Amino acid sequence: MSEGLGKTCAIFFLTLLFALPLGIIVALLRMSKNKVVSNVTRFIISVLRGTPLMLQLLAVTYGPYYLFGWSVSRKKLIPVVIAFAINYAAYFAEIYRGGIESVPKGQNEAAEVLGYSKFQTFVRIIIPQVFKRILPSVTNEVVTLVKDTSMAFTVSYQEMFTIGKQIANSQTSFLPFVVAGVFYFLFNAIVDFGMGRIEKRLDYYKI
Amino acid sequence: MENIFRVSDLRKSFQNGAETIEVLKGISVSVDRGEVVSVIGPSGSGKSTLLRCSTFLETMDGGELSYMGEKAVTDVDGKAVYNKNLKQFRKYFGLVFQNFNLFPHYSVMQNLTDAPINVVKRDADEVKTEAVALLKKMGLEGKESAYPCQLSGGQQQRVAIARALIMNPEIIFFDEPTSALDPELTGEVLKVIRQLADEKMTMVIVTHEMSFAGAVSDRVVFMDGGVIVEQGAPEKVLGDPEMERTKQFLKNYST
Repeated sequence: MSEGLGKTCAIFFLTLLFALPLGIIVALLRMSKNKVVSNVTRFIISVLRGTPLMLQLLAVTYGPYYLFGWSVSRKKLIPVVIAFAINYAAYFAEIYRGGIESVPKGQNEAAEVLGYSKFQTFVRIIIPQVFKRILPSVTNEVVTLVKDTSMAFTVSYQEMFTIGKQIANSQTSFLPFVVAGVFYFLFNAIVDFGMGRIEKRLDYYKI
Repeated sequence: MENIFRVSDLRKSFQNGAETIEVLKGISVSVDRGEVVSVIGPSGSGKSTLLRCSTFLETMDGGELSYMGEKAVTDVDGKAVYNKNLKQFRKYFGLVFQNFNLFPHYSVMQNLTDAPINVVKRDADEVKTEAVALLKKMGLEGKESAYPCQLSGGQQQRVAIARALIMNPEIIFFDEPTSALDPELTGEVLKVIRQLADEKMTMVIVTHEMSFAGAVSDRVVFMDGGVIVEQGAPEKVLGDPEMERTKQFLKNYST
């Protein structure tokens, strides 16, 4: 199962690596002044949030085969990470948007009068405050992601849960599931601890 | 006298659903170097909108606006046309907000130095030395490393004034600088503004503090309903106004 744990970690870290920045782009598109862009983005977000992640995993993994006749890749990690990253980017985008919109307008105005460009205002003034505001919600998503990695079993990717299930079947024992549960719990304990540290580090100011 | 700021025939409406609300109906104000002008008037008279148009936070519909004799906005057939390079005009003015709008994630020092160092690209050491001196002048010695949330409202507003001053503006606009403060904290902010007036800083102050306006200004402008009803020396406008509307406002104010 330890081999599976490595793959679980791979899904987890790669998803965050891609989804966290991708979410910013999606959030900015969602807030675009161009109505077409913002509405199309809103629709895509609502599809990604409104359909099961399991279905999206199947679609990304097997869709190319049914649509174009492409053979299903042996390296399942690629479609799995694509599906997870896109799905989580949709959730992160909405968290970012809420965070950006909750920064008082006066912050933008003060920066504008002081000569900051739009980009400088966003990077130097808005983003740091958004980061603090959204951290608890992001932690929530990250904790969910740890558990969601187990959904990769639907495309038989050999992560921890899939292997645990195989062992459980072959030995007709429930124990592997218990072990898997403990692993997820410990994983999340670490996530909680880490995020808590970051939150604490940002305690030096109040918004 | 050198003209610092001038608006003429400034017009501005806001759209509220199908309804158009005319907030400024042709305002003309001119401020020379070293002048302190107070703008008074009831809520909704357009005072704040005048300041927001002057600092480009709102877009004016019609009229002209210039800083240092250079046109930032020109009137073309009754429509306001903005200069393409507004950035060069922003260096001429500073704005102090009612709610301070300090950057909460920056220390007092960073609030002052971030724009001069990272936006204007001035020498960091020079800016820091200047910031320390300014804070001392504002009575905020030793608060350099404090964060806005650790300061009182009066202290925050003084930091905001210092943040405006460090940009070396030709003119500073104050939008009701003491309205968000506890009465006992207004004094320390007004004292700082008075000190700036003594140093001949050019200022336009929107305020509800009548006695302060009387004491500190060279000229008082009374606005109501989107027009300037009356303007002149403070003892004239506040003491012996000509217009009925001004008398009425001051009478309501003193009771």
